[in-house]
Parts: sequence; C-alpha cells; structure tokens
Amino acid sequence: MQIAARRGGLLVVLLGVLWGLWEGWHWVGTRFHLHWPFPVNDTTMPHLHEIVRALFQPAQVNGPWLVRILVHDSLFTLKESAVGFAIGAVVGFAIAVVLSQSSFLERGIIPYVVASQTIPLLAIAPMVVVGLGTKGVTDWVAVAILAAYLTFFPVTINGLRGLQSADPRAVELMRSYAASRWRILWKLQVPASLPYLFSAFRIAAPLAIVGAIISEPAASIQGGLGGAIVNFNQYYSIEPQELWATNVVAALLGIGFFLVVVAAEKLVVRRPPEQTA
Amino acid sequence: MSVVELSGVSKTFQQGKTVALQGIDLAIEAGEFVSLIGPSGCGKSTLLRIIGDLIQPTTGSVTVNGKPAHRARLDRDYGIVFQHAVLYDWRTVAKNIALPLEMLGWSRARRAQRVKEMLELVELTGFEHHHPWQLSGGMQQRVSIARALSFSPALLLMDEPFGALDEMTRERLNMELLRLWEEIGSTVVFVTHSIAEAVFLSTRVVVMSPRPGRITEVVDVDLPQPRTAQLREDPRYFELVTAVREALARGGAEAVVEEELVSGTDG
Repeated sequence: MQIAARRGGLLVVLLGVLWGLWEGWHWVGTRFHLHWPFPVNDTTMPHLHEIVRALFQPAQVNGPWLVRILVHDSLFTLKESAVGFAIGAVVGFAIAVVLSQSSFLERGIIPYVVASQTIPLLAIAPMVVVGLGTKGVTDWVAVAILAAYLTFFPVTINGLRGLQSADPRAVELMRSYAASRWRILWKLQVPASLPYLFSAFRIAAPLAIVGAIISEPAASIQGGLGGAIVNFNQYYSIEPQELWATNVVAALLGIGFFLVVVAAEKLVVRRPPEQTA
Repeated sequence: MSVVELSGVSKTFQQGKTVALQGIDLAIEAGEFVSLIGPSGCGKSTLLRIIGDLIQPTTGSVTVNGKPAHRARLDRDYGIVFQHAVLYDWRTVAKNIALPLEMLGWSRARRAQRVKEMLELVELTGFEHHHPWQLSGGMQQRVSIARALSFSPALLLMDEPFGALDEMTRERLNMELLRLWEEIGSTVVFVTHSIAEAVFLSTRVVVMSPRPGRITEVVDVDLPQPRTAQLREDPRYFELVTAVREALARGGAEAVVEEELVSGTDG
C-alpha cells in the first residue's frame, strides 16, 4: 500500500511539473513574444485547462460533449487495435517458433522480417484496404491487419530470443527424458520465452493503437480516433484545444492498453523476484 | 550383466584438433557407485554425457542395460543430475519433480502419489508449492535428485551435483545420497573433482587424466557398507584418499588439480 501511495504521489508531482513547464513556457512566450521553438501563443500551446474544458463541452452546437464522442471513437479504435494486437502476437510468435527450429531458417528469414518494418505503414495501407476490400473484408478488419503489421515485429524478434533463452542443460534434461522436439518446445522453450514475450507485448500494445490510428484515414474510417484527429486537424487554427484533447485521449488509450498487458504479465509469468521488471 | 559398458570410446572435437577422450574401456555392474575423478579437461563430464547419449562418441561402443546408449535414452533408462539444479522457475517444486512423469504420460493421480513419495524421500515435504527460487541451493539440488529418481531409473548419472554447494551442505547431501542409493538400489555414475567425496561415496573410483582424456587407474574402495560419518576418520579411508591422490599425481594431474581447487572451475 505504501508503494502504491508513493507511486500515486510521484504521478501527481510529475503531472504538476509538466503542467508548470507547459504553462510557464506559455506565459514567458506570450509575454516576451518568443519564437522558439515556434511562435508561442494560444494556438500553438493552448492552456491545459482549456484542453480539459474542451472535453466537457459540445464539439458541435447542441451536440454531445467532446469526451463522449472521443470515448466512442476510442472504443472503436481499441477494437481495431486489440484485434490487430492479437493477430500480430499470434502470427509474430508463430514466425518465431518456426525460426527457432532451424538456424538456417533464422538467418535466411530475419532480414526480411526486419526489412518489412522499413516500409512505412502509410505506403501499404491503401493496398491492404483496397485489396482486402475487393475480397469483402470489412474496413475495420483491414485496419486491424495493418496494426498487426506493426505489432508482429517485436513479438517475432523477442519471442525468438526467448525461445532460444532456455538453459542448454535444461534441453539436455529434456533429451534425457526422450522428449520430442515438440515437447521440448512446449514444456521448456515456450515457458522460458514468456518474460521476453511480455516485454514484446508491452511494446506492441501502444504500437497497435498507433498503427490503427494511422491506418484509419487510409480506410476512410470516420468513427475512430484516427478519423477524429484528421477532423480536428482541419479546425486547428480555430479550436486547437480539441485536437489536443483528442491526443490526450489517444495517449490514455495507449497507456491503458499497456497497463492491461502489464497486469496480464503479473498473472501469467512466474519468475524470481529479482528478475521482475 | 553390466549396466554400463564402454569399449574403445574416444571423442574428438573441432575436426580432431582436440582429443577429449581416448581409448576408454569401462564396465559398471548393477548396484555399483562409480566416481569419475580428474582435473578439468580430463573429459569426465563428456564421458558422462556419452553414457547418457547426450553427445555421440567419435569411435567405440556404449551400451546401457545391454542396449545401445541411444535406445537406452529413448527407453528412459537413466536419470541425470547436473552441477546446477536446472529447475524450471515457472514450475513449483512438485511440478518440477513431476516433469519426467508427464513425459512418460502418467496420470495426474499417479503423478501426485509419486511426487509425495519423492518429497518424503528427499525430506522436502511441505515445500511442494514453493517455487525453486524460494529454496536454498542444497534444497534445490535435492529437488533435482528427486526429479531424476522419480521414474525409478536403473541408472543415475550425476555431474558434480554438489560442486556448487558449501562444504557442510555437501557433506550432508553426501549422506543423503548414500541413503537414497541404498533404498532404491540403482547404479550411480558420479562425476566429481573432490577426492574425499569420491572415496567416501563410491565402491570404485575411476581416475582420469587430461590431454588426451583417459582412464589412468581404477581404485577399489573396500570400505564397509553402509557408510557412516565416522568413516571420514577411519585410517583405511585416509589410505584410500591417499591412493587416489597419488593415482591422480601419477597421471600428471596434480598441478592441474591444485589449480582447479583455486579456480573452482567446472570439469
């Protein structure tokens, strides 16, 4: 409990410091007409209380509060991200399992896995959306697949390392039980890989959100956070606080997803306390 | 029938550049407790792994229970214990002991019954739900021994099992191992670089030398059974310790043994 209280205190202090820096720079900038790193005014740096207040005001005349729209959009984006995360995790780990079985395969395939990440998501998004669309795949599923394209990568790389992390003597032990390759994989290598896998999941969770947000405009999806960001981009010079508010919600969504992964890790991974991250 | 029979066994690494073992002939009878002793590089751990079919000899033949070593491994004819306990962190003590039983396809009820018996045997009842990292090094090694014995193998292969433990724990576990050996009556092949431990535990001590790894002498240990702690003060015990030490020295190993005692390296 004491640790929880201390962490809570730290969070409050951190938020306070960030608030102070933001508002401090805003105050100094507007007073002395600073142009570093950009002209400082209410458009480039809206007051934080304005951003928070924007959440609890209608975005359109007689419409619902902005926060209600954003929660709705977040849930939609979360659906895409969660499905994308799941696809990426399963496919990524499956690739890792295949590569772990042969160093020849590992050496031959890994360069292409790495190369896949050098292609910008924006470049392949239209292909995937349009291509899958002709096959009758719903647009949000296409977005999920694009999110998976980002998330599989850390899972493959870390998963492979995790599968290879099993103690060589533990492998000898399994061989002394006449265990098949499959048994060694399932009883030894997969459990040994779990801490590595969850490190990858921690990275993949926010990536899935980012991937979904970036891909939504390509799929012309209006009902998600990506659509909201594109929308509020257009009104930035008039109502910058609405885009900022959307960004805050997107960040909270990413953090929330990350925390879910951390909680799942605590439930699943048993390891010595000194190794606990 | 010999439990282990090695004839003309050699092992070379790096395309013949390193000769790890050369001309090994050794027969181990049922119920024997045989120690392999020698300095680093004498190939004693390699020899143990060859018996267990974990590595292949370059030449020569290895039979275990009258079968080729490969067949014996597939039949799960031996249990193995390493210098480190090699327990699975994600499994409880009980589930670690049950691991080989799962491989053998035992039912849950039968596994639970055997785990209970094994915990009693190694005096760890009450620790079944602990995780390995919650145990001391000596307790971990007892779990590892329980795991190796859980499926009642005819042969127990031990690779410096107490080498990483402090002297007091080591002596206590020596006594426990002798008690287990008497209760279950299996054959033990025991790799060590402690002369005192080899003499105290064994019915025969196989003395090995490095470069190339070979058997230089075999010392029969004619101390009475069962062994007791008092035996460590028996004149005959000291004679045998001296005999093994001199055999090691004749093999040109003395200097290396000393060096190893200082560095404490793994054979």
